[in-house]
Amino acid sequence: MREINAVATIAFRDITKLFRDKTRMVASLIFPVIFIGVLGTSLETNLGANLGYNFLTFIFIGVLGQTLFQSTAAGIISLVEDRQNDFAQEMFIAPISRYSILIGKILGETLVSFVQIIGVLLFAFIIRIPLDIPSLIRLLPFILIVSMFGGAFGVFVMSFMNDQRAANQIFPFILFPQFFLAGVFNPIKDLPLPVLIASRISPMTYGVDLLRSIYYYGKPEYAKTVLFNPGVDIAVCLIAGLIFLFVGTYVFVKKERDR
Amino acid sequence: MEKKKHIIEVKNLVKRYKKATVNAVNNVSFYVEEGAFFSLLGPNGAGKTTTISILTTLLSKTSGEMTMDGFDVEKEPEKVRSEIGVIFQNPSLDTNLTAEENIRFHANLYNLYAYRPSFKLMSPEYQKTVKKLSGILGLKKDIFKPVKNLSGGMKRKLEIIRSLMHQPKVLFLDEPTTGLDPVSRKNLWSYLKEIRRKTGTTIFLTTHYLEEAEGSDYVCIIDNGKVVAKGTPLELKKSGQSLEDAYVDIIMKGSQN
Repeated sequence: MREINAVATIAFRDITKLFRDKTRMVASLIFPVIFIGVLGTSLETNLGANLGYNFLTFIFIGVLGQTLFQSTAAGIISLVEDRQNDFAQEMFIAPISRYSILIGKILGETLVSFVQIIGVLLFAFIIRIPLDIPSLIRLLPFILIVSMFGGAFGVFVMSFMNDQRAANQIFPFILFPQFFLAGVFNPIKDLPLPVLIASRISPMTYGVDLLRSIYYYGKPEYAKTVLFNPGVDIAVCLIAGLIFLFVGTYVFVKKERDR
Repeated sequence: MEKKKHIIEVKNLVKRYKKATVNAVNNVSFYVEEGAFFSLLGPNGAGKTTTISILTTLLSKTSGEMTMDGFDVEKEPEKVRSEIGVIFQNPSLDTNLTAEENIRFHANLYNLYAYRPSFKLMSPEYQKTVKKLSGILGLKKDIFKPVKNLSGGMKRKLEIIRSLMHQPKVLFLDEPTTGLDPVSRKNLWSYLKEIRRKTGTTIFLTTHYLEEAEGSDYVCIIDNGKVVAKGTPLELKKSGQSLEDAYVDIIMKGSQN
């Protein structure tokens, strides 16, 4: 009970902070607007006809996965900020497990990412992307997996960062290539070998593909749009996620105490 | 004289930071009696904060033994953490939250009350405690303000309220009055004395304002990671001396050798 209360407390702190951080709210909308609105529509107009499936829908589901994964991963980096301005100490002297601190953080940032995808959805409806509503609803339990997987990835990356400056500089380099490797707005069914390898070790690939495999399940476009069956994606998200969480927490705590 | 229980025991504590060539804390031993007011003094870089960080489980030791209320600090960190309150050298408040939200965050982390998303929804007991403590510390009208808008003195008071929520047996104060104006300092100390009188909390203080340590039951002075003097303020002072004079003598004598 103690640990659950602590996890809830830490998670809701992030939500409280989101609603006070207007810049972050706006920034979280700009990315999807550019990706879907500018990149998506121009690609659809110029390339869409030859693909045999609606390219905008494909990109929309991709951006949904990418937003969930990236928002949670990037949110975890705020722990480095907490450490820098000494607030982390307040959490570290509390009589709770270190895992509770990081799980609370992941859950908090997961909730934050849910708030952010509401914006993505609204935008999709405004520009009338053809979407199958029952299939979207089917995604609900799976967006949780994608978000938490992103969070675990964030913990793993964060644990190797020493200060906020390094985090802010390195993190985009770790996330940005994954947009393309995960095929958020580019089909990645056929790739040259080196890119194929990079794509398959990029964690975001499995998060994005999980959402597409659920959305397109049973539809004629399934074979063209999806890489793995949903079971494979879920297994990768869960297993890699747990490894990221355990290794990340271990390294983070050890670095904190053994100075 | 009755013999009191040692709530803190430190034996031959050594800490060498990674990549350092000298020990930051070098074979330090002392004890603190339950309910006592204990001061750990020394110049900048003497090893005071390092010692506190190790005692509060935030930093690993290199060697030595430490117990807090009978619990091994290294082996039972969570038990130790539930017995202590810490006010760090640098304020550890979330400036994006209000004063009350910082307190609520703390109270919930310590599982004193179930989490609720607003003050009004928290248990009546919590509301009563916050009102009472903020009244004692003179922070009642600012309690719902964002921490950003609080002055340095108010932030310190807020940290004290927060650290008292879980009724710690030992309260660590690492230079709590640094950067505060004389009036805020004086107020803070009268509150701390009041709290000590009411709750019997053990106080573990580090400070550069020696007059603050004048009233302590026991003083330990460290320099370059080593204990250079310890005793009651009366034992350390020559007749007519203030603790500050005695302290300066001891440190100067040490640097001549």
